[in-house]
Amino acid sequence: MSWDNAYESLTEEHDVSGHWAFGTGFADALAGVGHDVPADVDRAELAAYCVMLGDDALVFAQRLSEWCSNAPELEEDVALANIALDLLGQARMLLTRAGEVDPTVRPAAAPEHVPDEDALAYFRDERAFRNVRMVEQEPGDFAETVARLLVFGCWRLALFERLAGSRDPVLSAIAAKGVKELAYHRDHAAQWALRLGDGTEFSRERMRAGLDRVWPFVAELFTPHPVETRLAEAGVAVDPAELRSTVDDVLDRVLVAAGLPRPETPALPAAAGLAGRHGVHTEPMGYLLAEMQHIARSHPAAVW
Amino acid sequence: MVSAVPTSRRLSTEDLERARLVAERVCDPELPVLTLADLGVLRDVAVEAGRVVVTITPTYSGCPALDAMRADLRSGLAAEGFPDVEVRTALHPAWTTDWISEEGRRKLAEHGIAPPARLGPRAAGPVPLRLEPPSATVRCPRCGSADTVELSRFGATACKALRRCQDCREPFEHVKEI
Repeated sequence: MSWDNAYESLTEEHDVSGHWAFGTGFADALAGVGHDVPADVDRAELAAYCVMLGDDALVFAQRLSEWCSNAPELEEDVALANIALDLLGQARMLLTRAGEVDPTVRPAAAPEHVPDEDALAYFRDERAFRNVRMVEQEPGDFAETVARLLVFGCWRLALFERLAGSRDPVLSAIAAKGVKELAYHRDHAAQWALRLGDGTEFSRERMRAGLDRVWPFVAELFTPHPVETRLAEAGVAVDPAELRSTVDDVLDRVLVAAGLPRPETPALPAAAGLAGRHGVHTEPMGYLLAEMQHIARSHPAAVW
Repeated sequence: MVSAVPTSRRLSTEDLERARLVAERVCDPELPVLTLADLGVLRDVAVEAGRVVVTITPTYSGCPALDAMRADLRSGLAAEGFPDVEVRTALHPAWTTDWISEEGRRKLAEHGIAPPARLGPRAAGPVPLRLEPPSATVRCPRCGSADTVELSRFGATACKALRRCQDCREPFEHVKEI
């Protein structure tokens, strides 16, 4: 297969083993997956829930990928990039599912040729993102990233373990698959927390300080949005408030093993009762979106 | 494009068997020593209303090779006279390394990649926290020594960990259990 120039191959539809690299020509993260929605489930609410869980993964994947080429050692560049890739894969499926069950979640600003997952990732403004505020924070130092990955990993693993029993067959399958990945993420962070916390005085102090900076965002993880509450009652979603004791139990075991105190930094309050799940974010979110979205928005006709 | 089997013709049992063999021979884009059948991602090959329907499952949620697999299946089948192919994705049940065939394990070891251990069915209840690297013995695919250590649980692709042999000192990849 030949093209006049290298760039042509990027936009060609080339089915006959002409793919030049993985990651091009993505059509649909749920291509060929069953599309049924249980009849009594509110489609708009299901889509809103998929956006919440999808945005958590998308935004954290973006933050974790900032470590690539900056981590303390090469193996960690690779590890964090792999974890980011797993989360990005979960985000793609969840955002695709959202667009599929309720086409109105698709932002009007997105060009027609852009698939739903990209429309949602690149053409929404900050207030339309529904991720928890923890994942949008700047990476900080390595210990802070380990702390965030530990808390987020414990929480999302507990959530997905329950979500695997969802009445929505697609959510259930995404969650069951994600459990295996999230267990690796959590254990990776736990082992680093142990190594740093139980290491030298210096590494212990850095790990302790990292946990302190992450802790204000923990309470929000367990605060249900009305959509989560209603869908949990319908057997579709998980009420995050129910995860608290499971997550606390695992975190406490890691902290005890690492000889680290349980942080006491106070929770960051919601703004007039509104936080990430309502689209109210912290300052770093705007900068993150500017970096993540600017190419897609500057070249809206681009195809990749 | 070759089209020995016109789409209008009903596909026979023999056609189905032939399509299955073609699909089974397609190689994984990231581990080209394995076929999709060896890797256990090829879940089903069937005939529905005159078209070949192939069902595959992703190894990891973010597996970037899935689109390449779809394209390779379509082009491989088209070249053998099956122009009308649908590739479906089954997310459930989730892929496990236990589905890598014996033949696949042998090929991995032959190419210097340590195959995964057998996990067996997962126990009910929460996934247990692991604060230590897994203790299971992973033999060096080069010298056979059991004295190997994990360097990083995350390797060049999502499905592999990086290890080193303490005897021959060579690093090697290990398809980690999932």
